[in-house]
Amino acid sequence: MAQPILELAGICKRFPGVKALDNVSLSVGHGEVVALIGENGAGKSTLMKVLGGVHQPDAGEVRIDGKAVVIGSVAAAGALGIGFVHQELNVLDNLDVAANMFLGREPLWGGPLRLVDRRRMEADSSQYLRRLGLNVAPNTPLSRLSLAQQQVVEIAKALSQNARILILDEPTSSLTASETDRLLATVKDLRSQGVSVIYISHRLGEIGQISDRVVALRDGRNAGELSREQISHDNMVRLMVGRELSNLFVPPAGCAHPKRLEVRDLRTTAYPNRAVSFDAAGGEILGFAGLVGSGRSELAQTIFGADRLLGGQILLDGKPLSIQSPRDAIRAGIYLAPEDRRRTGLLVDMTVRENITLPGLWHYARMAMLSRSRECAEAKTQVQSLRIKTPSIGARAGNLSGGNQQKVVLGKWLARGPKVLIVDEPTRGIDVGAKAEIYRLLRALADRGVAVIAISSDLEEVLGISDRVAVMHEGRLAGVLCRDECSEKAIMDMAFGRVSGRNEAVVLASSE
Amino acid sequence: MRKELGIGALLIVLCGVLAALNPQFLELQNLQNLSLLIGLFGIFSIGMGVIIITGGIDLSVGSVFALQGVLLSIMLREWHWPWLIASLASIGSVMVLGLAHAFFITKVRLQPFIVTLCGLLIYRGMARSISHDETKGFGTESWGPLRWLAKGYVGPLPVAFILLLVIAAIMWVVLHRSVYGRYLYAVGRNEEAARYSGINTDRIIGSVYVLSMLLAGISGILFALWVNSISPSNHGSFYELYGIAAAVLGGCSLRGGEGSIIGILLGTALLQVLQNLVNLLGIPSSYNFAVMGGVILLGVTVDQLLGNRRRRRKTVPAEGGTPTPGGMEVVPVGANASSG
Repeated sequence: MAQPILELAGICKRFPGVKALDNVSLSVGHGEVVALIGENGAGKSTLMKVLGGVHQPDAGEVRIDGKAVVIGSVAAAGALGIGFVHQELNVLDNLDVAANMFLGREPLWGGPLRLVDRRRMEADSSQYLRRLGLNVAPNTPLSRLSLAQQQVVEIAKALSQNARILILDEPTSSLTASETDRLLATVKDLRSQGVSVIYISHRLGEIGQISDRVVALRDGRNAGELSREQISHDNMVRLMVGRELSNLFVPPAGCAHPKRLEVRDLRTTAYPNRAVSFDAAGGEILGFAGLVGSGRSELAQTIFGADRLLGGQILLDGKPLSIQSPRDAIRAGIYLAPEDRRRTGLLVDMTVRENITLPGLWHYARMAMLSRSRECAEAKTQVQSLRIKTPSIGARAGNLSGGNQQKVVLGKWLARGPKVLIVDEPTRGIDVGAKAEIYRLLRALADRGVAVIAISSDLEEVLGISDRVAVMHEGRLAGVLCRDECSEKAIMDMAFGRVSGRNEAVVLASSE
Repeated sequence: MRKELGIGALLIVLCGVLAALNPQFLELQNLQNLSLLIGLFGIFSIGMGVIIITGGIDLSVGSVFALQGVLLSIMLREWHWPWLIASLASIGSVMVLGLAHAFFITKVRLQPFIVTLCGLLIYRGMARSISHDETKGFGTESWGPLRWLAKGYVGPLPVAFILLLVIAAIMWVVLHRSVYGRYLYAVGRNEEAARYSGINTDRIIGSVYVLSMLLAGISGILFALWVNSISPSNHGSFYELYGIAAAVLGGCSLRGGEGSIIGILLGTALLQVLQNLVNLLGIPSSYNFAVMGGVILLGVTVDQLLGNRRRRRKTVPAEGGTPTPGGMEVVPVGANASSG
């Protein structure tokens, strides 16, 4: 093999408490499309951020054309010919196409006046747009372009900076099928023009279509490589999964309970055309697995009333509910510990006590006046029973560690006596010790008859804590697996849409 | 409490300096006059403070005073309404304006700044057109207790000052001891998280614009009878800024969620003492606003510099599902939309 254009060797990157990358290597040849795959959190993005100059590696070497380089900043990455198209596009939609492409390096005229040379800018940008087959005028406002077209503008921008290595991070996650095809064609064109591409995606189908080679990461390490002939759905899934389960988890008590929450044909704003139906019984933990963006959080927020419900029915203990806002859900006894603790789960600037009592404030009041002593009593009860480590109940919630913040969120709902508790990524940002405590707590709640719904992108976690696992794929329920059917392989197959033919009826049958 | 102590100390120092420079400051008449002004300005400043605690603002207060003054004069002198009916009607109509603000802010989702800025312009225009731009007055009648409320004394204390203390006491309980008060702070700190805790955030936010107009309405009657003649084009102009300045000096953050009744009272007092200082030290009154602006700027700058040290916090970037390092958390923009 000829000398690769890019080599990453022995890259290590540590964040406090987590080893994000551990001796990772990757090489990319001239005009080669390399797909980078792995579960959420496997280290793909961190690796690409090292390459893009966002993070500095703790150890290891980056070589371009065989020469070791230091990528100290995003600008340095650009100068080395590395173009990065992020999943969340970095475009300014109040400007036009040419202005976006040349942002910060506009051609100038007029000497000290530093006026923008619009004519040259437009001529240059239209040249790159033509090369990528995007048929829009350079002075079109970006807001008039579709998401797919905006993505092409980003690629054009990278090329105009003489990018020879293009990183595409989940480029198709918000594109339609035909837009995806067009993007894949663009990538193939780029390859034939000698541009190297690192392609990150969860969509194994498109990886199979365009990749010359697949590199898999798992838990921050190289998990293996597949050459062109070896690329297949099964091989890719096998590389991504396959870990031993540790005994962090508490087994279920295992007695059957009646259905608590029934969701019928629920449609969310994220996927307006997909209806989801499932049941959760009291006493069980129902795990929700799936890829990031598969609609799990939106489903949870819709059940909780935080997002608008487009259609469908929610029944609690057999009675239909009308949930217009979180208030309605809370009144019914359905609680959500949201994914984004600091934005929606907690009031970080208020005290532990104030957070715990907030949802049920009227219970601590007489004639609308708060009773400090009743509030303190409840807060102390929760702090003790959840073993929340806090200097006092008057401490600012935002000052606690992640695990203890999550316990405060749980405490505020436990103080109200939940019927259904939805936890979204319950252990994100939490260290292992606190994780085990959270798992024990969720299990204890289930044993008390609460229906616990646990959304998690951590497969090990979902498998470990759930009695049943519902798997979502692109806004629909791909299936519900009982505990004895559960395996990482089975969940990943479903999450990647392998079993996409199953319809809701089948799902319902299997969930009962 | 830290901010209140700070501003309280500043107030005491300022009074001390002023008393040392000009003994007139401590004369009974000056102190009475000063406390009367604190009373008049304090009542609506509390309302402004409450709005600011929820993260909003009300720029319309000054124009509301002009409109209300014109209406009150017409009701009393041209329509010969009894004083009680006239004052209730004028407060009521002002509260309707607050309700309109609440509607545009919570239902149409316009920004409070814009809504009340439009209010500022509209109500001033209404005051001038209703009065045909003529000065409206209240003559020499006492209008029941209204004149006494605005200018009278109980012992050495101005009635308006006593009224402020009573209203402040009530509002202190509401803000610092009631369920409603806790909701105000929660909504001001983080509206989304408050909604996720089951608070009807729209109703809470809307209610403060009405509550604030109730207090402005009471203030408005006192102002009207205190000055006794309402010049529609400038009565009350800039008063909203006095309210905002008092609240901000007193520790309310324009980002919402912070502030206290004590602080707002101290802020009001500080502003009036500053005015008094300009008068007593013989500084030309044209410097009035400049002195006030300078002091406020100094105050909030010092506060910010002290606050920066505490607020500094690190974030560590991480991939979508990566466990973020112990205790630190990353709050990616649009995290909810992109994951799950």
